[in-house]
Amino acid sequence: MSDLIPIVSVAEAALSEEKAALSGLNAVLSEAELTAIDREISHVPYRSAAAIDALKIVQSHRGWVSDENLRAIAHHLEMSAAELEGIATFYNLIFRRPVGNKVILLCNSISCWIKGCDNLQKKVSEQLGVDLGQTTPDNRYTLLPVTCLGACDKAPVMMVGDDLHEDVTEQAVQTLFGDHGGGGE
Amino acid sequence: MPVIQVDGQEYEVEAGKNLLEACLSLGLDLPYFCWHPAMGSIGACRQCAVVQYLNAEDERGRIVMGCMTPVTDGAIFSLSGDKARGFRQAIVESLMLNHPHDCPVCAEGGECHLQDMTVMVGHRDRHYRGRKNTHRNQYLGPLINHEMNRCITCYRCTRYYRDYAGGTDLAALASRDHVYFGRHSDGVLQSEFAGNLLEVCPTGVFTDKSLVHNYTRKWDLQSAPSVCVGCAMGCNTLPGERYGKIKRVHNRFNAEVNGYFLCDRGRFGAGFVHDERRLQYPGLRNNDGRYDAINHHEALQYMDRACAPGKVAGIGSPRASVEANFLLRTLVGEENFAPGFSDAEQPLVELVLRLQQDSRALVPDITTIESADAVLILGEDLTNTAPRIALALRQSVRNKAYEMAAELRLETWQDGAIRNLAQDQRSPLYIAAVADTPLDDVATNRISLAPDDIARLGNAIAANIAGQPNADLEQPLQEQVEMITTALAGAQRPLVLSGTGCGSTAVLAAAGQVADALCGNGVPAMLCLAVPEANSLGQALLTGCDAPGLAQLQQRAASGEFDTLVVLENDLYRRGSSAQIDQLLGAFQQVLVLDGLDNQTTSSATLALPAASFAESNGTLISLEGRAQHHYPVFQPHAERRPSWTWLLACMKEMQREEVRSLHHFDDITRACAATIPALAGITAAAPDHHFRNAGVRIPRQTHRYSGRTAMRADISVHEPRQPVDEESPLAFSMEGLNRDQPGALLPYVWAPGWNSNQSLHKFQAEVGGPLKGGTAGARLLQSGIGAGPGTFTAPAPFKAEPGRWQLVPRQRIFGSDELSALSPGLAELVQPGFIEICAADAQLLGVTEGDGLVVTKGITKGATEGVTTGVDNTLATLEARINDSMAVGCAGFSVGLAGVQNLRPLAPVSLRRAEGWQRRSPELIGSDRDAGPGGTHV
Ligand code: SF4
Ligand code: SF4
Ligand code: FES
Ligand code: FES
Repeated sequence: MSDLIPIVSVAEAALSEEKAALSGLNAVLSEAELTAIDREISHVPYRSAAAIDALKIVQSHRGWVSDENLRAIAHHLEMSAAELEGIATFYNLIFRRPVGNKVILLCNSISCWIKGCDNLQKKVSEQLGVDLGQTTPDNRYTLLPVTCLGACDKAPVMMVGDDLHEDVTEQAVQTLFGDHGGGGE
Repeated sequence: MPVIQVDGQEYEVEAGKNLLEACLSLGLDLPYFCWHPAMGSIGACRQCAVVQYLNAEDERGRIVMGCMTPVTDGAIFSLSGDKARGFRQAIVESLMLNHPHDCPVCAEGGECHLQDMTVMVGHRDRHYRGRKNTHRNQYLGPLINHEMNRCITCYRCTRYYRDYAGGTDLAALASRDHVYFGRHSDGVLQSEFAGNLLEVCPTGVFTDKSLVHNYTRKWDLQSAPSVCVGCAMGCNTLPGERYGKIKRVHNRFNAEVNGYFLCDRGRFGAGFVHDERRLQYPGLRNNDGRYDAINHHEALQYMDRACAPGKVAGIGSPRASVEANFLLRTLVGEENFAPGFSDAEQPLVELVLRLQQDSRALVPDITTIESADAVLILGEDLTNTAPRIALALRQSVRNKAYEMAAELRLETWQDGAIRNLAQDQRSPLYIAAVADTPLDDVATNRISLAPDDIARLGNAIAANIAGQPNADLEQPLQEQVEMITTALAGAQRPLVLSGTGCGSTAVLAAAGQVADALCGNGVPAMLCLAVPEANSLGQALLTGCDAPGLAQLQQRAASGEFDTLVVLENDLYRRGSSAQIDQLLGAFQQVLVLDGLDNQTTSSATLALPAASFAESNGTLISLEGRAQHHYPVFQPHAERRPSWTWLLACMKEMQREEVRSLHHFDDITRACAATIPALAGITAAAPDHHFRNAGVRIPRQTHRYSGRTAMRADISVHEPRQPVDEESPLAFSMEGLNRDQPGALLPYVWAPGWNSNQSLHKFQAEVGGPLKGGTAGARLLQSGIGAGPGTFTAPAPFKAEPGRWQLVPRQRIFGSDELSALSPGLAELVQPGFIEICAADAQLLGVTEGDGLVVTKGITKGATEGVTTGVDNTLATLEARINDSMAVGCAGFSVGLAGVQNLRPLAPVSLRRAEGWQRRSPELIGSDRDAGPGGTHV
């Protein structure tokens, strides 16, 4: 398949990258996103210092950050795509792949592990028909592991969207996702 | 000097160093990964752990990182204690958790720092039972292979690529055990210095693509000390050969020339050595205009007959050795020898030499360039003309950071801390150029000006520094002048750079003025001037300042003064328009050409002689700082190829010329040249002569593990041929001899027991990161800073942009603007087609967009009609339009050396118009992508 992939030479790639950046890329981000990003920029000494906020802003509008969005943000912040990619991929809550409407963050760190998060995860997976890292076919949920949500005293815990669920039991999972048909069923 | 105790033994060490450096300098083996002598410490890998004790009573001690621990008087350490050793073993074990078991198929194998360190710490058994992580590799271009699974996350690559070399397209991605070093997406690495990743990465993540596809282990490479012929910088290299092919080029450390790093033109640009187009046998043109191969006896007889009657002119070459040029000059006579520059270039190179000789300023080497605390570049795009200097300038702007660090008493090796402290504060670097340059990102300011205005700017700065401001500059320029003056005058080690690159003698002269004015104020200013080719400066030194040029030779030939022309390693069609060179060659009855390459000039020869390349012959080259350096043959030339000096010497012997009667060896020529040309008297000091023996034996080109016998020649004969004997140098084509404690110029490879990778270099250094034990290679010929000053200089009149007229200004490209890089397969893929650069407003005026065609015609200036004939086609070129808004007003940039620009000359006035019927290029496939697409085949 690689036979057919046209790859432009360095110079051209550089040029076309730059040209695309200059003409098209700003149009990728919405007015609202740009305004919010600019507000963050005004608070920091370097444009690139607003990188994390910019990523969060775009993610809050779109649910995740696509390659195209990332290049547009990088251009707007006057940094290279690779530099911004380094930041975006460093944080596991910046999503570089599409996620469902709600993200389930299931803690698997020490306290929650002691309190049986493994069984909880099995239960969630069973209810929703998805494994860690997967999204339900109806696009409602994406299930992700997370290392400590800072509520260890209420372990095991998980977040569904913006809501924190404490002392979670299998029963609670059943109640929460009981109405969900599960994957493929 | 502090005294420290290591494992009960007291050592005196240099203050201000860290313990790792101190240990390595003492010859103690302490493993490490993330520390690099040129990049300092960050303490990331935890490999250099040692135990430090509070005092003599302390028995427990604590683990500290050697690379992060300053040596202090009385400090007590243990390297070999169980605790330290156990810790280091555990670190390697943890690094190996995800490391594949693929040494046998890894191109790094046999010269891998990770292998060495693993053996050194004694790690053997794997205890972890989990699965290994695997990664998808990226396509990084035709030069560099990516195999991410081998990464041990030492962060050296991004620290080098981003922090040291200023690249922006390689980053550390993701976190935890997913960390990935790569680009945002597949694509060619953009930095001109990306190739150093191969040597910086301690594992096989980044490897040399051409080596990977045509593989030989380091221990089977035959190598010799060599010098890069890519530009005039003269970087020291180690080409490695097997079966007649240069498999790869590694850096050869020279503290004053290239340190630890090369540019990609130099590293990947030696492929031409085994190019199919190279000549193998002498070729004599027959009546049908084709060539008959003849043997070397016939060739020499022919040469003898052609040269014996006198009436011979010679054209030398700025890319050939001093010795070959000297012999040709001797053969044809001083007044009949042209150095081989184009007529436009000759006065520029001569001026560079004069300015350096006359200047009161110092001509800096690379370490002094890195020490500059304020820099002004006039007109030169160094990244594309003398790339290694640009990399050094990226370090010089960090002197501000080191100043800030000194205030806080941070040691210079505290890399992470110092970068954090300084953020983007840099020492001043000002650039005046015809358009943007790749150094702009670290520049305080870059101003786009036409060459004449660059000269005026320089002149005004010089006047300002001397305290006699002249007020004829436009307002915005005047402001720049004030700022630059303040920066330079306030500096302790100001540096002025320029070069032949923008084609203007006025710019060069102005640079000389600025440096001299600074010296006038009692500051030890530096002046660095770039010339284009490996031996450009050598040619200027050899021929002095009024040697005949090409045009003069042609006139004299036309008037019947000459019959025969001998051309030495020079493609003249790069030095003038086709018409001019046709005319030049046509003025002679016979043209003898010595060259390795089949180019337009060799194809016009009556007799073409196959010359050995730099990798097959001895030679002295003189770099832009006036350093004479010696390169040695890496392997013996094949077929009837001979070094040019051998052809010329044999020819003159055949002619029974008196001058060569006592010349038998290469060294004799060097000595004769030094004796005849006062300016070159110092070249004999560049390297020891062929009598030199290292403790009584030669220095081996092969490692002691070299696999001598192979089946490679079995189809020819099962008998092994004898190893060739090297009559011309102290090196041997053999694994026998002593590669230790030799003079710096004679280092054929680095290896030490337990240190198979290039990190073994420190065993050859007097102290870690410092000069070689055997002394720095090369001899400086220019006495720096003793001139009387460059004399007065009148700035040119302001440049006036005229509607419908442009001044052509040169724009260099690291790949393709020189003669040789385009001939190496990897680089050839990155060479672009020729182009013309104009600003957006001009493009609109001409009705073109990016990628359209532009016709360049001779420009008719008001009043003057110089060179323009009405009624005939005045077209000079038709090239692709590039839009670049940073072009100086009224200037059009042209791509030097790339296809289609033969007829364009720097600074010529031209007219432009849209080309009708121009085919826009579609994105092209480049060869290597076809076999190795994204994440494709790997070794
Ligand atoms: S790629 Fe090489 S240099 Fe970069 S972190 Fe990994 S091992 Fe170190
Ligand atoms: S800077 Fe010049 S001499 Fe050095 S490696 Fe590059 S091309 Fe060769
Ligand atoms: S361990 Fe689960 S919230 Fe901290
Ligand atoms: S070399 Fe000291 S921590 Fe890496």
